[in-house]
Amino acid sequence: MARLFPQIICGFFGVVLFVLYFLKAPSAKSLYLTITSDYWQIIFAFALLVGVASFIRVNIKKLSKLSESPYVITGLLGLFAMPVMALLWGIKGDSPFMWVFENVQVPLQATVFALLAFFVASASLRGFKARSLPATILLVSALIALLSRSDIFGWFGNSALEFSEWVRSYPSMSARRGILIGIGLGSVTTSLRVILGIERTWLGKDR
Amino acid sequence: MDPGTIVAGILTIAILSFLYGDNPVYKMAETLLVGVSMGYVLVITWTNTLMAVLFKPLFVESQLWLVIPLIFGLFMFGRFHKSTSFLSRYSMAVLIGSGAGVAIPAMLGARTLRQMTATVEMVQGDSFMMIFSGMVVVVGLFSTLSYFYFSREHEGIMGRSARVGTYFLMIFFGTTFGYTVMSRVSTFIGRMDFLLSDFLHLTN
Repeated sequence: MARLFPQIICGFFGVVLFVLYFLKAPSAKSLYLTITSDYWQIIFAFALLVGVASFIRVNIKKLSKLSESPYVITGLLGLFAMPVMALLWGIKGDSPFMWVFENVQVPLQATVFALLAFFVASASLRGFKARSLPATILLVSALIALLSRSDIFGWFGNSALEFSEWVRSYPSMSARRGILIGIGLGSVTTSLRVILGIERTWLGKDR
Repeated sequence: MDPGTIVAGILTIAILSFLYGDNPVYKMAETLLVGVSMGYVLVITWTNTLMAVLFKPLFVESQLWLVIPLIFGLFMFGRFHKSTSFLSRYSMAVLIGSGAGVAIPAMLGARTLRQMTATVEMVQGDSFMMIFSGMVVVVGLFSTLSYFYFSREHEGIMGRSARVGTYFLMIFFGTTFGYTVMSRVSTFIGRMDFLLSDFLHLTN
């Protein structure tokens, strides 16, 4: 029963949303929007709260380890400081909440993102070897994309840039389209399996 | 100097210190990022979703139908105890079921039919180059699809088509990789520009 009722609800919502998509009546459109916008937003928000609670629980458990505790305290301080600042001073443009966002979160995030440039470069140095025809094509197309915006390609004039744009817009896009169509067909199949109750992995295991 | 610039500069150096090796300063900055990001998302979700979409309409404007998503949302907390963990399946059932119902027509429309229509339209160009480019896309699309078709063994024409598909896939991966590297490098240049000009005042 603990698995059957969720499956019935899942199938019910699946069929209802599928039918609502095609109905043109304003009430049907409104119900469709209510479920896909409000219902989803609210349940996702609670899922986020569960995630935050879980993060706090895991970190409090880690506090007992002396080597981990400074990091755990820093993480928890960051987590609690934001809601406290929002409660005390609000979240308007010149509030301390936004100050922390702009001067702590944004630079940290951007630098972590930028750090990946080094890892991508070192990984490609080790991995990019023209051992076979597909590997050579990969290497050459990556070089074309990279060099097309550099001064080296500038020597060849506009035609080099046009060629790199052509590679991106036609051969590269055809493979992208193939992948997108594959994803589309795969999603439809998986969705049908979920609605019909064939795919049940989302129910997890009974504890 | 602006205190915000000092804090941002120190934190930027703390993250960049990872290039030397894993160290406590980097770890501290990393956990701070995790905590602050989570706190930020928590506040924004509380303000923009829970207050604006749920609590205010439900308790102030008496939109009673919102009790249903509220109950499903609260069921999510059931995961914290063994005896109530089954409740979260009901919330997941709503999300996954409605998601699946929406995905079938949406995916067929946007991901499959529209992509096919756009491909066919490309062949109808008014110059030789456009028709040639359109043909390249058609060949690339069908060979890529044949590479992902596993119901028949990749032998004969199917095998050759799948091999051509591999080449197109390599072009796609190569260009995507190139543009990803460029975006990462430009972000890095941005961070270095901030460090050298705004924080250290070494350049103008």
